[in-house]
Amino acid sequence: MVSINIDNKSCEAPAGSTIYEAAQLIGVTIPTLCHLEGLSPSGACRICVVEVEGMPGLVPSCSFPISDGMNIQTHSARVLLARKTIVELLLANHPDDCLYCIRNNNCQLQDLSADLGVRRRRYSGDRSRYKEDVSSPSVIRDPEKCILCGKCVRVCEEVQDVSAIDFIGRGSHSHIGTAFDEGLNLSSCINCGQCIVVCPTGALHEHDSIKEVLDALNDPEITVVAQHAPSVSVTIGEEFGLSAGADCDGMMVAALRRLGFDRVFDTSFTADLTIMEEGSELVQRIKTGGKLPMLTSCSPGWIKFAEQNYPDFLENISSCKSPQQMMGAIIKSFFAERENIAPEKIFSVSIMPCTAKKFEAGRGEMTQHGYPDVDVVLTTRELARLIRMRGLDMLALAPEGADTPFGERTTAGKIFGASGGVMEAALRSAYFLITGTELEDLNVTAVRGLDGCKEAHVKIGDLEVGVAVASGLKNAAALLDQIRAGRDDLHFIEIMTCPGGCIAGGGQPLGTDRNAVAQRMKALYALDASAKTRTSHTNEAVQRLYKEFLGSPLSETSHHLLHTHYAQREVLL
Amino acid sequence: MATVVEASAATDLTAIFARYPDAGRDALIPLLQEIQDTFGYLSLDTIRQVGAHLKLPVSKIYGVATFYNQFRFLALGKYHVQVCRGTACHVKGSAGVLDDIKQMLKIGPGETTSDGLFSLEVVACIGACGLAPVIKVNDEFHADMTTSKLERVFKALKKEAESNE
Repeated sequence: MVSINIDNKSCEAPAGSTIYEAAQLIGVTIPTLCHLEGLSPSGACRICVVEVEGMPGLVPSCSFPISDGMNIQTHSARVLLARKTIVELLLANHPDDCLYCIRNNNCQLQDLSADLGVRRRRYSGDRSRYKEDVSSPSVIRDPEKCILCGKCVRVCEEVQDVSAIDFIGRGSHSHIGTAFDEGLNLSSCINCGQCIVVCPTGALHEHDSIKEVLDALNDPEITVVAQHAPSVSVTIGEEFGLSAGADCDGMMVAALRRLGFDRVFDTSFTADLTIMEEGSELVQRIKTGGKLPMLTSCSPGWIKFAEQNYPDFLENISSCKSPQQMMGAIIKSFFAERENIAPEKIFSVSIMPCTAKKFEAGRGEMTQHGYPDVDVVLTTRELARLIRMRGLDMLALAPEGADTPFGERTTAGKIFGASGGVMEAALRSAYFLITGTELEDLNVTAVRGLDGCKEAHVKIGDLEVGVAVASGLKNAAALLDQIRAGRDDLHFIEIMTCPGGCIAGGGQPLGTDRNAVAQRMKALYALDASAKTRTSHTNEAVQRLYKEFLGSPLSETSHHLLHTHYAQREVLL
Repeated sequence: MATVVEASAATDLTAIFARYPDAGRDALIPLLQEIQDTFGYLSLDTIRQVGAHLKLPVSKIYGVATFYNQFRFLALGKYHVQVCRGTACHVKGSAGVLDDIKQMLKIGPGETTSDGLFSLEVVACIGACGLAPVIKVNDEFHADMTTSKLERVFKALKKEAESNE
């Protein structure tokens, strides 16, 4: 421990801490626009400058380590003036269009200029001019609103190992861009949206699809069907002021009905269905000597990453479509037929924690007879905007249940929202499929938690199955590199693009920290712990669907509707 | 001046890469310089190949290359026009010379005309201050540039190109 003095208060902090971290320990928040917990400090924005006795100039607290006896002033007059001037200079190169900005009222730059009392434009001159990049179905980039904090660049490189974007040019021509300033759609961007979640301004946001949904809702000829992903119910509350991890499932379903959705289904149902298909596929691969380890296919960012960066693993990826696409496929086939609605009169909307799902829904393979399985994907944030637009007080609505037949889920499907959830659900059912008996303890705690890579060896009958769970593609890439190098003790690997799984997806509420993600995770496992049906193979509605329509897992109908294929993808790597 | 070779879709960089075996990111700039010396510019294809060789994402390479003025991303024109923006030339009005050239050729610095005839580059002092404001076309210096002199230079070059066809 090191003794220091912050704002005339003596305190102790672990050696090696930065001033920023030490101040946090005693409840002093130093503002910053570029600091990201867990990633390398960059010191780019200079907002976090503080005064250190004996130093000639102000120092950036996010990257300056503490030393014994250090005397620090975090909010002196000199510091506040410097911060205000920095913000004023940033604003000199920023469009004054807060009213029209997607981040209005939810913008760190806006908050900071309000906190520092910026009330007029002190510096004016030519602004940098750039075109908006609308080429991606998932992520929109508006470089004019960028303050060059570099968080997106660091997340893309250090968390996802993708590096689709970097600092381009020099001096006043510096901007964030892709190689050769091409559109994001041609780059190696995997559409995960982690850059959006860390962006302090409106420079990055999701490709908004609210208008298409409103148009469909207002068309009396169209049956509008919603599905909501397992993680959304435990995050959307944050958009309405609840603390992280509050489950709003029933209220959200009620809100969706009030918005005019004709049917509300739960993607956790098709998560259960995925387990039946994927579990059977795993058992088949193990029994017939198929390609192992099998890799999960639910996370569309990971799928694009594999297609461009690890094409030698495409045969390892389960051929199962993701739960979103399975739901889309059975809505426009089984459901359409049963309800006697022409598939072209169904508008299928999915509510997802994810921007990459927008890309996935647009993939050419995800269609039947020329109709997309899923018409539009809304992120958690877009659904919250839609609910506010409609003037609904979601938290005051009486909870309602999802519709039959695709509204019944087990909590095995529900925990898909957390990293490790797919694995745990798969192990519960694989155990049953192989041994004919249920796992004694359904809690597979070894694969739970926020660690980037989790591993376990599970005994199923005479078989010892090696499993691993990776989230954040840097962790996944490290694991795949081990396998390339010859590691062969693993049978099944779950890969989620975002660190922690869908609960930390790129479509989730902004401005959250790892603690919030932990709370969301806790909420999903709490639902599971208190549930009666916790295994996908005991989902009666899924069993009925097999009986009435699909036949059995891996049947011809299943293959046609619920499975897909992958191909190597040429991008600017 | 370096020999300019027209780079085709897949440029063969094997010979250059052979001089940088097992190279890491510290070899990036010398490698890019050598490629530009050989081929006149850095094409998308060559940058991708460098990325594969050094195991670096193309966005990073493009980021580094755009940081330095020395790198260009379009093939040089038949006539490479360098405008001196050194101190002496600045005092003698080289900003106006540059504006004139941009207008006459309808390209900016780092660009090449669509007919492949002219490319434009802004350089710091080229050591010919007595000739300010000066431009250099390939290896030839043109002194005391004015609007009308520029027009004459470009007209003559176009004529020369036509007669060579």
